[in-house]
Amino acid sequence: MTRTATLIRIGIGAAVIAALILVPMNFNRYGLFILSQWAVMTIAAMGLNLTLGYAGQVSLAQGAFVGIGAYSAAILTTQGIPGIGPLPLLGALVVAVALCFVVGWILGYPALRVQHHYLAFVTLAFSTLAFLVFRNEDWLTKGIYGISGIPRPHILGFATGKPLPFYYVCLGSLALVSLAVWWLIRSPWGRAFVALRENPLRALSLGIDTRRYTLMAFAIGSALGGVAGTLYAPLTQYIDPVPFGLSLSLDLLMMVIVGGSGFFFGPFLGAMIAVLLPEWLRFTQGYYLMLYAVAVIALLIYSPSGILGILDRILNERRTRAASAKRASAKAQLETAP
Amino acid sequence: MSNLLDLLVAGLATGAIYALVAVGFTLLWQTSQTINFAQGEFVMLPAFLMLAAMNAGAPFWLAILIGIALSVILLGLGFKLLLVDPMLRHGVLPLAIATMALAIGIKEAVKQFYSAEASPFPSLIPGGEIAVFGRPVAVQSIGVLILAIVVVLGLTAFLNRTSIGHQMQAASQNPTVARIIGVPVERMILLTFVINAALVAIASILITPIYLAKFSSGEVLGQAAFIAAIVGGFNQVRGAIAGGLLIGVVDNLGAAYVSTQYRAAIPMILLIVIILFRPQGLLGRAEERTV
Repeated sequence: MTRTATLIRIGIGAAVIAALILVPMNFNRYGLFILSQWAVMTIAAMGLNLTLGYAGQVSLAQGAFVGIGAYSAAILTTQGIPGIGPLPLLGALVVAVALCFVVGWILGYPALRVQHHYLAFVTLAFSTLAFLVFRNEDWLTKGIYGISGIPRPHILGFATGKPLPFYYVCLGSLALVSLAVWWLIRSPWGRAFVALRENPLRALSLGIDTRRYTLMAFAIGSALGGVAGTLYAPLTQYIDPVPFGLSLSLDLLMMVIVGGSGFFFGPFLGAMIAVLLPEWLRFTQGYYLMLYAVAVIALLIYSPSGILGILDRILNERRTRAASAKRASAKAQLETAP
Repeated sequence: MSNLLDLLVAGLATGAIYALVAVGFTLLWQTSQTINFAQGEFVMLPAFLMLAAMNAGAPFWLAILIGIALSVILLGLGFKLLLVDPMLRHGVLPLAIATMALAIGIKEAVKQFYSAEASPFPSLIPGGEIAVFGRPVAVQSIGVLILAIVVVLGLTAFLNRTSIGHQMQAASQNPTVARIIGVPVERMILLTFVINAALVAIASILITPIYLAKFSSGEVLGQAAFIAAIVGGFNQVRGAIAGGLLIGVVDNLGAAYVSTQYRAAIPMILLIVIILFRPQGLLGRAEERTV
């Protein structure tokens, strides 16, 4: 990549970040809620993108992990642990991440035996089981009545009760998670994940411990789902089982595929489509989800690798054309040379 | 609590409907690697098409014919030509996601253009109970069971006894060889989509009187049919039938004797256990792993 291209990239990145910080300052409560939701769902989708996009393991359980994270945060910050009392959100986060990591690791075991659609259905079953536990274990989750009055945290002494400060909490968390994932996919770990996706047999023959990396892909992806859930609970301040049903897992899967699975920025765009597009289409009244469905199908027919797939294709074509132009001119020079 | 016999018959009846839906699901998978996440909505929609026809003044029998015809056109031909064909070469996952979006679209369209409320649906089979071995059993359950079995037997006879059925099986088992020996593979694939559409329409007629016509009723049904297909064997028609009956019975007996709260969990646990110990399903063949 040339230096100007790098500069342009940095410039665009800085402009987007500045816009994300500055523009919402004039938003109303609802606008801030939607934008915060986008940040939270992006984190969950990034987790799934690691599992699916980089490691190639189809999971329909990411919504369940968001639920586990949300319930951990809700229970620990309202009731807390018997004898100790309510925990701060950061404490709940540690518990939620650890819990999701372990459960995700265990859920990875079926992936060692079965692949593709079978794996999708095992994780689908897990998703449904998790939903039933949320709904039926009244003593822990208050069942269908849900848990209300989930407090928003104090961060470095600042209260984040109002929508704008809490939006910054979500955005800041998104930034931290993005940096961590960015580092991860560039580390040998990330390369091992991709090797696993591209060709498991070859990965094995290259000395990659495919068992460990498959489990790890599930565990890390699930843990990020837990992070998203931990933010979701104080964002809505009330949770019940309904949002964490199978449809959330399907939505997250759709976000990853529509954004572009295996692209770093895919989840950002996918979550934008899934969270913001229906809001923008609200002026069409009852038709908005229908239009949303049609838009998703049309996009997938046009570009099955998602939005970033289109961009990738355009860039590739340009690169190929530039290269052939160069070759042509070089050839011409060679031919005119004596 | 109802008696065991009644529970068993009711379970078999719902199971037989699951089997109808699951058979279509496995047919699509075998011939074109299509996982149709909208299969439940495919069952929900024909009931509304028939209700719309009846609202327009058509008698019930005509509404049924219109419903089946429209189902074949929209959910068979339309689905194949407009969605599956352009997406098939891109692989299983994007197509599966597209069918998820299709499920949302169908659900919302029914909600928007028909009603968000549940509507009653006339039954082909009279209500009441009759005595079987001295115990009362719902007539509706027996009627549904018999009709579903007739349809499934008819389909298996078609697949195993007729020339077109043999060609369809050849096309699904080995498209390359089938093409060489002169089977019109493309037409056979299209035929499986049409058969699937007819099966879901029949399932719709049988199940809607029991659970009412509601825009959201496809979710549960679709999931039950997926589980039935996997438990029985993803790549076998008889597997899907066995799986459907098994899930119906297990679900009904589990709800009565184990726990109503965890009713939905029982088929799921069955699913996980079977996938882990016999991934090809109870009656399925193992597929070669393509790594």
